[in-house]
Amino acid sequence: MDFIPITANNKDKMLKFLGVETIDELFTQSIPHEVKLKKQLNIPAGVSEYELIKHMRELAERNLSLSRFTSFLGGGAYDHFIPSIVDAIVSLPELYTPYTPYQPEVSQGILQSLFEYQTMIIELTGLEVANASLYDGSTAVSEASLLACDVTGKNKIVVSETVHSEYREVLKNYTVGIGAEIKHIPMKDGLTDLKVLEEMLSDDCACVIIQHPNFFGYLEDVEEISIMAHRYKALFIVCIDPISLAILKAPGEYNADVAVGEGQPLGNKMNFGGPYLGIFACRREYIRRVPGHLISSATDKNGRVGYVLTLQAREQYIRREKATSNICTSEVLNAIAAAVYLSCMGPEGLLEVANQCLQKSHYAYKRLSNIHYLEPLSNAPFFKEFCFKSSKPIDKINDALLDEGIIGGLDIGKLCSKQENTILFCVTEKRTKDEIDKLVSVMEKV
Amino acid sequence: METIYDISEPGKKACSLPRLDVLEKDIPYLIPKKHLRGRIPRLPEVTEGEIARHFTNLSNTNFAVDTVFYPLGSCTMKYSPKVNELLSKMEGFSDIHPYQDESQVQGALRIMYELAEWLAEIGGFTKVSLQPAAGAHGELTGLAMIRAYHEHNGNPRQKVIIPDSAHGTNPATAAMLGYKVVQVPSDKYGGVDVNALEKLLDDQVAAIFLTNPNTLGIFDRNILKINEMVHSVGALSYCDGANLNAILGKSRPGDMDFDVLHFNLHKTFSTPHGGGGPGSGPVGVNKILEPFLPVPVIEKDDVLDAYYLNYDRPLSIGRIRAFYGNFAVIVKAYCYIKALGRNGLNHVSDISVLNANYLKNKLKRIYDLPYDVPCMHEFVLSASKQKRLGIKARDIAKRLIDYNIHPPTIYFPLIVDEALMIEPTETESLRTLDLFIEAMERIAEEAINNPEKILEAPHNTAISRLNEAEAARHPRLSCLPSDVIKDGKQK
Repeated sequence: MDFIPITANNKDKMLKFLGVETIDELFTQSIPHEVKLKKQLNIPAGVSEYELIKHMRELAERNLSLSRFTSFLGGGAYDHFIPSIVDAIVSLPELYTPYTPYQPEVSQGILQSLFEYQTMIIELTGLEVANASLYDGSTAVSEASLLACDVTGKNKIVVSETVHSEYREVLKNYTVGIGAEIKHIPMKDGLTDLKVLEEMLSDDCACVIIQHPNFFGYLEDVEEISIMAHRYKALFIVCIDPISLAILKAPGEYNADVAVGEGQPLGNKMNFGGPYLGIFACRREYIRRVPGHLISSATDKNGRVGYVLTLQAREQYIRREKATSNICTSEVLNAIAAAVYLSCMGPEGLLEVANQCLQKSHYAYKRLSNIHYLEPLSNAPFFKEFCFKSSKPIDKINDALLDEGIIGGLDIGKLCSKQENTILFCVTEKRTKDEIDKLVSVMEKV
Repeated sequence: METIYDISEPGKKACSLPRLDVLEKDIPYLIPKKHLRGRIPRLPEVTEGEIARHFTNLSNTNFAVDTVFYPLGSCTMKYSPKVNELLSKMEGFSDIHPYQDESQVQGALRIMYELAEWLAEIGGFTKVSLQPAAGAHGELTGLAMIRAYHEHNGNPRQKVIIPDSAHGTNPATAAMLGYKVVQVPSDKYGGVDVNALEKLLDDQVAAIFLTNPNTLGIFDRNILKINEMVHSVGALSYCDGANLNAILGKSRPGDMDFDVLHFNLHKTFSTPHGGGGPGSGPVGVNKILEPFLPVPVIEKDDVLDAYYLNYDRPLSIGRIRAFYGNFAVIVKAYCYIKALGRNGLNHVSDISVLNANYLKNKLKRIYDLPYDVPCMHEFVLSASKQKRLGIKARDIAKRLIDYNIHPPTIYFPLIVDEALMIEPTETESLRTLDLFIEAMERIAEEAINNPEKILEAPHNTAISRLNEAEAARHPRLSCLPSDVIKDGKQK
């Protein structure tokens, strides 16, 4: 199977024009003999479309799809409902087959969609600037910390251990080059330990990074942390869950300098971890230090309004080693999915999603607290996730649940060595009371 | 066009959720008031039909691979088979959570394992990580491994050598990892100037970043010598895989003695570009860099015939993103290679090179071709002849739009004056190539006879050329008026 429209006749005509006998001559002209591959690639022979479909169906069936199982997994990837219109829009070939919109006259569809996405992120975060996407939540945290080090001229990064452990690992790789010193604030009762934070803060801190709701689900004292960070002229970077912002204070309301987050919950499938969407928003004074594409409105000679990539002097294809980031291809289609999702939901719909997460997760929490072998990790307020310490082996619990068609909570001991015997439950708007009751009843019998 | 906010009206909605089936409590009862937001976010209030019409109309203003010829050099804008889209969206792939137990996602892990094996074979490497989200992210991963390798040997070193013809991401990546960028000039054949390179190499050089075939579409004949020189000072050699479409089954970067390469699945392996992502930028490495690969590495237990995530790699650089990679993109690339097989891949490079050489030899009769040597899958013209008539590369690009053709890459590589970088790919017919040649010929004539027509192009698009300078002076990033940013202050 291939997708090549050059026929044998075409080929002969073209070769004749080029004055060569075979296509191989074109390669011999260019590639020195020593590095020309003299064997066939060890890759299976091709298959027809029908064979491919059969093969892929078979592989898909070896995965337990959450469309058939009830899941209480969260931890950075979330099972929210996605209206059908979202996939219909991002499946339009005129949206998914163009390149990055470097030619605005023939890219208004991409550019305007991104402009609308930026608007919605600006609204959700309460900040003045949003970019047109980064790779994912983890890299957005990292890019934000690079911005902070650059604009403050300092290189100490203070990050809470309640930030997703994988995000913190990524941070290490993104900041090794600038020689940043990373300080981890320990967790106390499910929250960032503010006392230790106070001790860690000093005038050489570039930023404080907090996740809110944090990785364990709990709400941090962001107002207090913001004041503390700013007292030392450090930037306050908050990593948010966009769904939660229908209910929770906007980062701009508590003076966060940069808000980043994983945008997957906004209309993007879980897809085994990607592609996702890095949300990035900040205060306007940092606009010239933002990584990635920014879209601005502009006018043409006839006064018609259109949209363009702007402040391109920040970007690698203009500024090379002086660019604010090396990012080029980002996650445009995922950002468009988010814009369609948010248009679908509107202010009321998003609030309804958030409220159902809130109500159902609290219902589940209350019911699970009555199970004798579970102990809450914290009494702090939470949004859609929360943790229990378990005195029974988590593998055993999750095996029993799986037998009943339920994928239980996340065993976070597998992610963070300090948190053994802890289960992180996530309850989205998709879960029903019956499903939660079943979770509890199976767990009661373990 | 109207924005989605222009058509928004209070009271409209496009979603419905099931009724809340647990006893509802007041929000402030569950979450202390200090956490609750004040102002409701201004989101559009529209119906589903309005959303469909709005975004479909918007999409119609784009040029796309499915609608027009898109010879955007260095971007490999080939056709993306539909079946791959459909398959990647099957519930068994799209509705799986990254933290499900390995036993529940054996199909997904197998796809990742096999794709990594195939890419390793195509690139001539021993191991591949699928974690990076895009090409530049692959660069970051590769150079982070090189840095870790040098650190492991006592000293991360200070410099990275980059040719003057390189992609902008290369120097930007080097800078992100704290390296000083040293530029090496090109020789008269468009390859690395070996004499100049000799003088730049010392024991503080960590790596060289090369693209081969390079951004002029030319295969560097000295590649083995260059890599030998680089290795002789203990530095490593990085290959930017942007141009891999030219050499599938023909030549392998690993065999050219590169130590690490990133693949662009959204270029070479036909996954669509999505208007600027999602992409996927796996990295392949040889034996010496293998220990430094990001975790987790996907492995196969042959005894149990099962796939698993291996985190137990003490020298690993750790993670470069959360989870395992852009899985949905990975599925599409897997489908593509599975369908084409070894012969199909070979044929891809055959025709991509044939198409490029055909265009080049036709077009060099009317446009300057600064590096007149056999090309691989792309080539770079110069509009220097037309510039003398007052017509620049940008103007030619805009005029092509009137002929229903997406402009080539312009003003890149930087070493060519008024560059027009053209990559036809293998999925274009001779008829399309001839129509492109005809359009380019007509534009060359217009440059002489009717330059105004070119300078005012494009003529038939929803908007004309936009005032980009003005936008950069006063960027406006939101549909809503209160967010106008002017001179750093809110208006």
